[in-house]
Amino acid sequence: MAGKSEPVVTETITSLPNAGAVRIVLLLIALALLLVAPFYLYPIFVMKLLCFALFAAAFNLLLGYTGLLSFGHSAFFGGAAYFTAHAVKEWGWAPELGILLGVVGAAGLGLIMGAIAIRRQGIYFAMITLALSQMFFFFCLQAGFTKGEDGIQSVPRGELFGFIDLSDATNMYYFVLGVFLLGMLIIWRIVNSPFGMILKSIRENESRATSLGYSVARYKLAAFVMSAALTGLAGGIKALVFQFATLTDVTWQMSGEVILMTLLGGIGTLIGPIFGAGIVVTLQNYLATSDFPVTIITGVVFMVCVMLFRRGLVGEFYASRLGRRLGFNPEN
Amino acid sequence: MITIFGVPTAALFGQLLVGLINGSFYALLSLGLAVIFGLLRVINFAHGAQYMLGAFAAYLLSLWLGLGYWGALILAPVLVGLAGAVVERTLLSRLYKLDHLYGLLFTFGLALTIEGTFRYIYGAAGQPYPTPEALAGGVNLGFMFLPIYRGWVVVASLIVCIAVWLLIEKTKLGSYLRAATENPTLVQSFGVNVPLLLTFTYGLGAALAAFAGVLAAPIYQVSPLMGSNIIIIVFAVVVVGGMGSILGAIVTGYMLGIAEGLTKVFYPEASNIVVFVIMAIVLILRPAGLFGKDA
Amino acid sequence: MSEPLLKVTDLHAWYGESHILHGVNLHVNEGETICILGRNGMGKTTTLRTIMGILRKRTGQMQFAGQDLMTMPLHRTAHTGLGFVPEERGIFATLNVEENLMLPPKVADGGMTVDEIFRLFPNLKERRNSPGTKLSGGEQQMLAMARILRTGARCLLLDEPTEGLAPVIIDAIGEVLTELKSRGMTVVLVEQNFRFASRVADRFYLMDHGQMAMEFPVGDLEARREDLNQALGV
Repeated sequence: MAGKSEPVVTETITSLPNAGAVRIVLLLIALALLLVAPFYLYPIFVMKLLCFALFAAAFNLLLGYTGLLSFGHSAFFGGAAYFTAHAVKEWGWAPELGILLGVVGAAGLGLIMGAIAIRRQGIYFAMITLALSQMFFFFCLQAGFTKGEDGIQSVPRGELFGFIDLSDATNMYYFVLGVFLLGMLIIWRIVNSPFGMILKSIRENESRATSLGYSVARYKLAAFVMSAALTGLAGGIKALVFQFATLTDVTWQMSGEVILMTLLGGIGTLIGPIFGAGIVVTLQNYLATSDFPVTIITGVVFMVCVMLFRRGLVGEFYASRLGRRLGFNPEN
Repeated sequence: MITIFGVPTAALFGQLLVGLINGSFYALLSLGLAVIFGLLRVINFAHGAQYMLGAFAAYLLSLWLGLGYWGALILAPVLVGLAGAVVERTLLSRLYKLDHLYGLLFTFGLALTIEGTFRYIYGAAGQPYPTPEALAGGVNLGFMFLPIYRGWVVVASLIVCIAVWLLIEKTKLGSYLRAATENPTLVQSFGVNVPLLLTFTYGLGAALAAFAGVLAAPIYQVSPLMGSNIIIIVFAVVVVGGMGSILGAIVTGYMLGIAEGLTKVFYPEASNIVVFVIMAIVLILRPAGLFGKDA
Repeated sequence: MSEPLLKVTDLHAWYGESHILHGVNLHVNEGETICILGRNGMGKTTTLRTIMGILRKRTGQMQFAGQDLMTMPLHRTAHTGLGFVPEERGIFATLNVEENLMLPPKVADGGMTVDEIFRLFPNLKERRNSPGTKLSGGEQQMLAMARILRTGARCLLLDEPTEGLAPVIIDAIGEVLTELKSRGMTVVLVEQNFRFASRVADRFYLMDHGQMAMEFPVGDLEARREDLNQALGV
């Protein structure tokens, strides 16, 4: 969905000769900031931010790189949180296995939902994913293992690989950071693989991809399942960070939030969703103490983004003079 | 006690009536969505919020001006329709040349803003709205007790659905709407003010949602969240019916409402999800929807 | 001769990024029938669509009956008296024949009445309750013309009316155009079939790469046949 009707960049700006080095330095600075962040910021907050950043990046794999708008990603996020929490708390699984179950469970859900939803395109796809995730919400409301309105509470974080105590905040933080970086690396690999190129060609022109002989439905489904699995990874670690899994994470509002994060940061940019998630999570934390409802702000930001800057913050930066001097491509 | 399949008839017919009432709301709302989608190619996510606005308009008109039910039934849709027209003219109309997903995202943001605002002012709890006196009470039909107001809801929604269908199929304005759905540019080159037609259509859709909201006010309470609960089901209804057909949207609305009512009798645990399950089955068997032509 | 009814000066137009019209100059006098010839892809259809205001990405000057077409929104253009019959005919599938016929709003007095139209196109009368797209190609072309004639338009923009039609239908359309001409209708015709065009047109333009390469009256047609055959690749 990106680009099609956007103004075409006509002036050519050559990137700086050492743009590649500058980008690597920026990346290293970001990494360093993440490594020292828990010493300056509340670790739970940074971990929450990382969970949502991964969630949004996984969602963007589908929206930004395949052009499919899912309105049902909360099912994978919240579903994985339930699976992980249940496995760790009720079955006494190790945290890494619990998270793995969350990923596999989310991928399985993604396979079922995706197989049904890809039968229709465009706006219908969005509505179908929304309806199916609402169905999953009602399932979670009634199923026994989710503990209904209470949710699964006091989930133990356990010991990673049997010897790293995750109840220690610092250990937990670096574990979450590791998972986040792993997830981002996987997304980066997917996007830049031949598979990712085919996804982008489907996004640009589905019928042309079909006429080139690609089984578009299969690629869409594969992208949907991958996005669901990575979303499950984010949901699983979130259950361990907060030590609970509740209905909040499977509501349609949560699906709306991840869309907002992606849109705000920049659809189809690798790091845009991270910034989007950062802003939204910070805003929520800030407003959590006031009685002013977040939904009003969320709604207004949505409308402003759609009306005024559809590229998102990072996308607008990439398209700006400075961004292009640094060698960023607004189309990617 | 008379029973059918082991279920007392009174309970069966009672739930059928509940299903028919829900179906009436589904039909009105999916009709509005289909009318808007047909011409604007926008999935109006704010439809649920406009339904809620209709109910709130009735409540506030009564609170502030002492206006009764019948006045509200006319005035609330007009007000919400006008507000919808203003939004279309000033904002939504700028998005038509973009991917249709932006229209969905914009109206989603609009819905969040409206619902959030009403929740902030009036709280999440519902406000009661009285049944109009003329429609209070009920009649015993022998096999069941029928509250008159609920019978009225079914009749009123049928009348409005048929009226909208006639407007679209049998009038000059309707022929503009149908033609503009097929080829808006050509219709505009004939000298028809298509942008105005789009504004009117969005207003009409919003007014239909508000009408449903006023009808709903005495049955359900007037609550800021009443719209978001129903809109997702209506989306599923629209997917099942396929949005190519106005009649399809109406018929599917009633059918799924009744299916939901019957499920409440025979397997109550599934009544929340039966519409979604039917949607999934229809998508597997007939991806274009029951009445749909466009994929 | 006074001011032409339609005057186009240095018209450029774009489809997205591709520049299609490169400075079209054209004039049509009241009551005249002109024909734009040219191979596919030279900009004939684009010229009509730009005059009608459908294509909005354009520069230059366009005047019709003393009114500036450049500043006019699309839905106002028809009300100046310009009527457009598109190449694909644009018959609406969800409307029956009569609804299709009655669809365009009247823009001026003096248009044909429905009775007159049914006299001119008896087939349409017989089939007035069937869906528009159930008509044959020739009937659809007639319907597309008929619905504009009803509106009182004084200048018809006709895009390849004979395309894909049988010779007997082409003859019928030729008769209709002759009849319109006798009533004083102004016509801008885009045509590949210049045998047909030579029957009805007073003056010709040859279009090449988004410009008018040649202009000549019908009398010169024979003398220029060689050039034309070459230019049109016949």
